[in-house]
Amino acid sequence: MIQLNINGRVRSYEDVDPAMPLLWFLRDIANLTGTKYGCGMALCGACTVHLDGQAVRSCVTPVGAVVGKMVSTVEGVGDDKVGHAVQAAWQKLDVVQCGYCQSGQIMSATVLLHTNQNPSDAAIDVAMAGNVCRCGTYMRIRAAIHEAANSLSA
Amino acid sequence: MSDSARDIFIVNESRRRFLEGMGGLALAVYAGVAPAEQNRATLSSGDKKPAEAVNFAPNAFVRIASDNTVTVVSKHLEMGQGTYTGLATLLAEELDADWEQVHVEGAPADVTRYKNSLLGIQATGGSTAMANSFEQMRSAGAAARAMLVAAAAQEWKVSRDSITVERGWLYAKGHKASFGQLAAKAAQQSVPQRVALKDPKDFKLIGKPALHRKDYADKTNGTAVFTQDYKLPDMLVAVAAHPKRFGAVPMKVNAEKARAVPNVVEVVQFSGDRTRFSGIAVLARNTWAARSGRDALEIDWDESQAFKLGSAEILAQYKDMASKAGLVARNEGDTDTAFAAHNVRLIEAEYELPYLAHAPMEPMNCLVQLREGGCEIWNGEQFQTGDQSAIAAMLKVPADRVALHQLYAGGSFGRRANPSSDYLLEAVSIAKAAWDKGVRVPIKLMWTREEDTRGGYYRPAFYHKAKLALDGDGKLVAWQHHVVAQSIIKGTSFESFAIKNGIDGLSVEGLADMAYEVPNLRVELTTPDNIRVPVLSWRSVGHSSNAFVSEVLVDEAAAAARRDPYQYRRDMLRQAPRLKAVLDLAATKAGWERPLKSGAAGEKRGRGIAVHEAFNTCVAQLAEVTVKSDGSFKVDRVVCAVDCGLAINPDVIVAQMQGGIGFGLAAALHGAITLKDGVVEQSNFHEYIPLRINEMPVVDVHIVPSAEKPTGVGETAVPVIAPAVVNALYNATGKRIRKLPIADQLSS
Amino acid sequence: MKIRRVVFIASAVSIAAGAGFTAYALLTVGDGRETNVPQPAVAGAPASITDPLARGEYLARAADCIACHTVAGKEPFAGGVAFKMPFGTIYSSNITADKETGIGAWSDDDFVRALRAGVGRSGEPLYPAFPYPSYTELSREDILAIKAYLFSVPVAHARAKANELSFPFNQRWGLSYWNALFLRKERFQSAQGKSAAWNRGAYLATALGHCNECHTPRNLLYALKHDRELAGEVLQGWKAYNITSDKMYGIGSWTDQQLSDYLSKGYANGRGAASGPMGEVVENSLQYLTQEDVAALVTYLREVRPQQGEAGSEVNDHSPLALASTADTPGADELAREDRGRQLFAGDCAGCHLWNGRGRQNEAAALLGTQAVNDPEARNFTQVILQGSQLRTAHSEGFMPSFGLAYSDAEVAALGNFVLAHFGGKQSKLTSEDIAKRRSP
Repeated sequence: MIQLNINGRVRSYEDVDPAMPLLWFLRDIANLTGTKYGCGMALCGACTVHLDGQAVRSCVTPVGAVVGKMVSTVEGVGDDKVGHAVQAAWQKLDVVQCGYCQSGQIMSATVLLHTNQNPSDAAIDVAMAGNVCRCGTYMRIRAAIHEAANSLSA
Repeated sequence: MSDSARDIFIVNESRRRFLEGMGGLALAVYAGVAPAEQNRATLSSGDKKPAEAVNFAPNAFVRIASDNTVTVVSKHLEMGQGTYTGLATLLAEELDADWEQVHVEGAPADVTRYKNSLLGIQATGGSTAMANSFEQMRSAGAAARAMLVAAAAQEWKVSRDSITVERGWLYAKGHKASFGQLAAKAAQQSVPQRVALKDPKDFKLIGKPALHRKDYADKTNGTAVFTQDYKLPDMLVAVAAHPKRFGAVPMKVNAEKARAVPNVVEVVQFSGDRTRFSGIAVLARNTWAARSGRDALEIDWDESQAFKLGSAEILAQYKDMASKAGLVARNEGDTDTAFAAHNVRLIEAEYELPYLAHAPMEPMNCLVQLREGGCEIWNGEQFQTGDQSAIAAMLKVPADRVALHQLYAGGSFGRRANPSSDYLLEAVSIAKAAWDKGVRVPIKLMWTREEDTRGGYYRPAFYHKAKLALDGDGKLVAWQHHVVAQSIIKGTSFESFAIKNGIDGLSVEGLADMAYEVPNLRVELTTPDNIRVPVLSWRSVGHSSNAFVSEVLVDEAAAAARRDPYQYRRDMLRQAPRLKAVLDLAATKAGWERPLKSGAAGEKRGRGIAVHEAFNTCVAQLAEVTVKSDGSFKVDRVVCAVDCGLAINPDVIVAQMQGGIGFGLAAALHGAITLKDGVVEQSNFHEYIPLRINEMPVVDVHIVPSAEKPTGVGETAVPVIAPAVVNALYNATGKRIRKLPIADQLSS
Repeated sequence: MKIRRVVFIASAVSIAAGAGFTAYALLTVGDGRETNVPQPAVAGAPASITDPLARGEYLARAADCIACHTVAGKEPFAGGVAFKMPFGTIYSSNITADKETGIGAWSDDDFVRALRAGVGRSGEPLYPAFPYPSYTELSREDILAIKAYLFSVPVAHARAKANELSFPFNQRWGLSYWNALFLRKERFQSAQGKSAAWNRGAYLATALGHCNECHTPRNLLYALKHDRELAGEVLQGWKAYNITSDKMYGIGSWTDQQLSDYLSKGYANGRGAASGPMGEVVENSLQYLTQEDVAALVTYLREVRPQQGEAGSEVNDHSPLALASTADTPGADELAREDRGRQLFAGDCAGCHLWNGRGRQNEAAALLGTQAVNDPEARNFTQVILQGSQLRTAHSEGFMPSFGLAYSDAEVAALGNFVLAHFGGKQSKLTSEDIAKRRSP
């Protein structure tokens, strides 16, 4: 039996295989399907969540390794001031197309803005390069990050 | 005022049980479903409304509830291209609804009501959604409006003419009521046989860039539900083991270790045919267990009938075929004579394009619930009619006993619209095998990224052999072109759609119907029969190959004639005003007449242009590149001009141009599926390289104002970027690329 | 008469010398009698393992027989693994108990002789790709325990593949001379004044684990340079690093925890992970050692004489560029410069490896402080990028995809130059030609 802190709520889970990747635990056991499976080997970023404020690829993070840490997913990122601003910017600019990659994009963007309040395009490109979008929404992702940065500094 | 009653189905749906036989189960999900309730979403969204809730449903496309929500039923799949938004815009415009009260859900599979009139079946593709729905959805909205007005007139005892409708409210002197308040009474009105549609100058929603997409919020907070997310009680997940080679079948299976994985419930074998895999599936209570179980299977495969050629052999065969005569798809004038004329300059060129995977972010999956005499399927459903009949045939039930629920698709780019219904039939056959073993719960088949990348159904590899002749003035006077490519439709039940006289029009589209005025034009096609790599339409279909080759060839001709490539094209498009207009717009906005800003020391800069018409939409793109001394390069900016008729959602059009460029650029720079001894060499994103944000250029989109009927934008930007970039690289370096992907060809 | 006497004496002496030499050779080639028996606590399997076959299995794992004698996916110990030496390719033999194709007909003495003198059952010399120069130090008891274990594994009927060696290397008898020059046929001797743990560690490292065979440089005749023990060597494209106690070039500045983690789990916090051949050593061998044995190895390694490595390969675990980076972005100065390798890293690598060199999801992915990013030739970096890396132990499963298919040689080179500069502070000049050569070492 393990206890996990997900989006600020601590819950206990029985019969959990500690080797199960956090991604599948979140989706199948905790019923939080906002975090997506895209590749299973940390190449696409669709599975990005926060672990103690750090962006991690949950598809290669065993759930056993997050016991005692704070897990934050896209379902809860709006509770954070920066996360909320990111979501608002994403909505303001209609960033999404198919939307499947966007949970991961938002999670990565939130971490970026926590550490860099006013990122340049080059900084955005480097921080977000791990998040793949096959629909090509990259221009709007860049614009939305700038938009969120502006709204946070206002 | 147009009279468009002809083509729509105006049946008062409130007078028949809308979900006949479905028992109140969910259709699809729209914004607002809280994640914690998702497990029960399917059972609860039907009974979210109290028993006495009234639905005013004048036709198959709209439902207005007494709680004032307007639900638009979309017969087209939302896979990112903005159909839900576009169709809702059309209907809401004529309905005079408030944009905020409008929600969208996917339509059930029912070709009598939801046929795509341009394709003849219920399906999303060919960039036809807006074109075939333009009048239909508007009329549907207008009909509902008329009935609401009639209801208000009755209620208030005023004349219909004295009633105005604005943003979900009806007004008359001293009266006002919302749609919801009038819904019950509207349901009692008779459905008008003719409706009047608005004059475009009165549009409030159509053409407005400030309209938010309908899915703009749920896709930012984890509540949007894809097939990957949909759950039913007691559902099992199935992960399948596929052979490495197409056509291999399991010979010996040891499932002992698989069954020993905790939470694995069953292991079943499924048999395919030449259109889909045979293999073994592990069913488990959660995805990780299913995948671990699948990885623990020990399978010996019988490859005696498997396809064993590799890309090298296929290319060699295509080269050989291209040197012989093919079937003639187009023949104007006499190319042989033109080539033999004196003082012509000849250009001979061969082009190679690889197989391409769709690689949507959501790998293939679908959820099946078999029942006695039928089944229900939840899927990012793109090909209802075809899938429905294929599944019905497999289960030996009537087609209307196969219910298909359309969810969002996490990208598709054509993969989910398969005339062979491959992944659906795989899921159903797994469910059938499980059913026979007494496992009768819902089963969700989930392909991993590896199965998806290696699952076949690629954009075919193309080989082109071309010969062009320029006269003494550098004018293009003859063009002979031989295309070699597999047919994506031959052997399917939809063959007759595209194959005429043995020629698959989809393989030569963009070439055989090219808009350039070339007096002598001969396009031939050879379709190999022996290449058993499954192929399928990939976003922009034949244009993805043929626009590349034709636009680079025209550029080669311009270079040989020492002419400006923009003017050179212009001169050949005199009979194609729309193409000329987008070409001019792109060139003007990009500042073609001004010299390109030079780069830093050691860098070369260049720009290239391309223009193409696909699916009735004209797109021109101008790409600017910077090439470094080591041959690496970046696409800095793309200026894109598009004529898609009336711009219904301008912001969606901009997004589709940007996105189509991103998608096409990924393929141009990196995309290749290669085979060795019949085995696909790529498995995941480290081998099938996607475009990343640091490679995305700035894209400026300019829409040609138009009042013509809308045409599509979902695919039409894709085929133009590759030639624009290759032409720009030529402009920068003098090196001509005739093989895709570009990869590191400039470095050698 | 005098001459005849001289000749007689000379002949007698030479015959005696010849006989003596032969006797010496015969006597030292495995007989029943032990002269320098190692102390009980130094040799053998841990006392906690009582079952004889389990003891044999433990020793076989420590000696890592399986790695060289098993082709991936085929039967264990059935041989057939190719060793590409500078002088040709050798294939390992079947050491299951098959009478015809394996060692089923071998007596105890045969087996001991093979491990001690590098001689096959029919007296034919064995190539020192088989590490008998190290195994020669094993006690007879240990050798026979291993043999008993090998005789208990499923029998595989698989004939050894013929070696592909060019003349004169295919002349086995030449090995007798090589052995005469280089083979020290001595049993392991405990060192006086050293602790039991050190001696155990030495036995594990030199006799069983034969670390020298990869990590000690070799001379032109392919013999180990014993005066440079564990100073590092390159084999089949991989660099077996300097693991002497040198603080700059070796492992001298590693903590005990890092060392024992690396040995038992295959990775250490702040020191990265074992890949390639060393990854296999951890998977097949080291992960099965008891904690005490790992501690003994650490004790021994700590005292291996420090040796300098190649110039420019000092391990720098405070590379300025890495330190100027956060987890998710490089420093602003670095960002201002365009770099193709950095762009590739941002897309495919940062997701696991992080810009500050610490692993994201997993300590095994740490790059800062690893020897791989401090080797100016970037040998192991190249192999890991081209082939990927997988580490599966009882503790964990680490996986890195290979980028060899889709990356061009120029891209691998650019990435390597970036990685070495950013994480190791090293200026390397990898070219696409370098990478092209390494694709088939």
